[in-house]
Amino acid sequence: MSAVLTPRTDSPKAPAASVDTTSAWSRWANEHRKWLFAAPAMAFVAVLIIFPVAWTGYLSLTDAEGSVRAESEFIGFQNYLDVLTDTDRFWPAVWRTVLFTGVVLFFEVILGMAIALLLWRPFRGEKWVRVAILLPLVATPVAVGMMWRLIFDPNIGMANQLLGWIGIGPQPWLAGQHSALPTTMFIDIWQWTPMVVLILLAGLTSLSDEPQEAARIDGASSWQRFRHVTLPLLMPTVIVAILLRGIDALKTFDILYATKGRGGGSFHEVETLNVYAYGLSFDYNDYGVSSTVLIIFFLIIIGVMWALTYRKKGLGR
Amino acid sequence: MRRRSIIGTSLAVVTAMSLAACGGDDGGEGSKTVRVTLVNHVWTENIKKALPEFEKQSGLTVEVTQLGEDQLSDQYNVKLNAGSTDLDVMMYRPLQEGKLFGKNKYLADLSEKVKSDSAFEFGDFQAGPVQATTYEDKVVGLPIITEQEVLYYRKDLLTKSGFTAPPKTLDELKAQAAKIEADNPGVAGFVARTGKAAAVTQFSSFLFSFGGDFVDASGKATVSTEQAKQAYAYYGGLLRDHGPENISTDMSWSEAMAIFTQGKAAFYTEANSLYKNATDPTKSKVVDSVGFAAFPAGPAGSKPYNIPSWALGMNDSSENKDNAWKFIQWAAGKEQALAQQTAGVPGARTSVWANPASTATLPKDLAEANTVSTANGVGHDRPLVVKVAEAREIVGQPIVDAITGKDAASSADAANAAFQKFLDDEAK
Repeated sequence: MSAVLTPRTDSPKAPAASVDTTSAWSRWANEHRKWLFAAPAMAFVAVLIIFPVAWTGYLSLTDAEGSVRAESEFIGFQNYLDVLTDTDRFWPAVWRTVLFTGVVLFFEVILGMAIALLLWRPFRGEKWVRVAILLPLVATPVAVGMMWRLIFDPNIGMANQLLGWIGIGPQPWLAGQHSALPTTMFIDIWQWTPMVVLILLAGLTSLSDEPQEAARIDGASSWQRFRHVTLPLLMPTVIVAILLRGIDALKTFDILYATKGRGGGSFHEVETLNVYAYGLSFDYNDYGVSSTVLIIFFLIIIGVMWALTYRKKGLGR
Repeated sequence: MRRRSIIGTSLAVVTAMSLAACGGDDGGEGSKTVRVTLVNHVWTENIKKALPEFEKQSGLTVEVTQLGEDQLSDQYNVKLNAGSTDLDVMMYRPLQEGKLFGKNKYLADLSEKVKSDSAFEFGDFQAGPVQATTYEDKVVGLPIITEQEVLYYRKDLLTKSGFTAPPKTLDELKAQAAKIEADNPGVAGFVARTGKAAAVTQFSSFLFSFGGDFVDASGKATVSTEQAKQAYAYYGGLLRDHGPENISTDMSWSEAMAIFTQGKAAFYTEANSLYKNATDPTKSKVVDSVGFAAFPAGPAGSKPYNIPSWALGMNDSSENKDNAWKFIQWAAGKEQALAQQTAGVPGARTSVWANPASTATLPKDLAEANTVSTANGVGHDRPLVVKVAEAREIVGQPIVDAITGKDAASSADAANAAFQKFLDDEAK
């Protein structure tokens, strides 16, 4: 490869002047070609990832508000101090983010595993069942949010009508101060369990049959086979599913915003960190504080990712 | 040699592509394309129908971007913050964003343009709305839609419960709502907005009619005065006692309107500009029975808000200001104002209000209610501050607390302290 790309700067046939410029340029380009070819990708990463994160980091150290173009003062870590001592909005939002992620992840993995195991062995009408189970996944979250909002409407919604038929009184669902967060969790579980199913099913299909057969011959019950053969073999895939879904669940915004609107409801019932940061930017125009919340949130996500990858490596050994 | 030219060609292609991305008719200085951002509103639908006529007359092309209220607000936030030049004309809410945009110098100064153009008749605009679209003595917008709060009610339910006329006072409203609710299981006596921030504007008429306000003349927070506490307790109590079952505390106008137009409530207080939702047979089940009345009087009389809800402004970073002005001149001009008002969108031009044809198409009781509201109206429906969204959340807290059965008075005290702190911070 390198032999082919060796610069040939001394072609006697070319006119002298053009040789000089072309050759100088080519020599330079050839010497730096690894940078040159990587440059567009690097520029892309710099412009779309590094710059925004760095700019957000910078804003978090200023008192920028109203407009990011307006003059702002550098105030060091004052915003971080304010945010981390804010027990009114910030910490409840952190708690809701953690609770939301924990609960939806727990149910999505358990349900996802159960459904994946059911779909593992071939059966009649398998194709149709698979398509039906994957449907929620392909719907856009905002549309899903709007749909469930109508279903769960306390006055004209279908959910209360159905409950009425079996003799249960109307429930507030999304409208209730204490029932709103569990209801949004339910919607998230409804929408995202199929993704876990998809990942686990891929893992299950790639498992070889021998260990299963050996266990069966040894007289292991189906639960024992699952507990001691399938699950340990599937564990790396389960961790991948938890990792992907976990990060996504932490960052959930669309379902919460579509069902409860700005601020996560009048009592901030479903206000997670993402919804809070959005409100700080777009409702309050408090860009400094908003950036601080986002940087803290960013660090939390990196921390969770690191912890899970670390655990995955440990398991892989 | 071939390899060298490959490297050279690749670079040339990349460069050419990036340059090409910058080209095209970008609506720069003197461009024949005017970019206009409008909100989803009856006004916008009407103006879109009339656009071809304007385009023909002026030789300009108008590119309309139409968005929901929240999306519009977010769009402005992003684009104006970035100093974007691809917005020429902006439809905005003077009371919500006027001060913020003014302070950030997002809106172009139109003073010279409006004053030098005699055919435009700037003096024809009502004084209140003009004040709301003026920032530091500069005209930065032109009011196009005004609104007042009125009482929507169900004539059939009133007759059934033996009432011959809609309530004239807030006490009567409560009594009638209670009676109708008792007579009609499954129908709420009263419905209105319940969302913490969304309810503030419609609650304001209750606050004013009880004799209160958000801020006093010296700029001090006044949401914990006796009058304000009574207003919070009344509004929240009415929704709690006679509102829909399992009432949500997130309702804006669309949710509250849906309950009313589905026939599930007897009374509803809301902006008159939304009346078509109740009288349009494709949207409403109560077309034949809906009636309108002036806002009921409280201890301080009937004092609904009377505000300029939307205005047209020009982006200060626009590179096409002359043509943008041509659009504003036409859309906020006398002819369009008359056409809009005749089609049911109340405007801010005195001459149009004086023309009987402008209100001829309105339901008769609504036209009467509008006249009363315009006469007694208060010029704001929310605290007039820079960060309106944040202020609305603060002064709206006692509303949702009252709806959910908490003590409105202590909540009002807490809100007042928070609001005063907010005002102090903003004054710094």
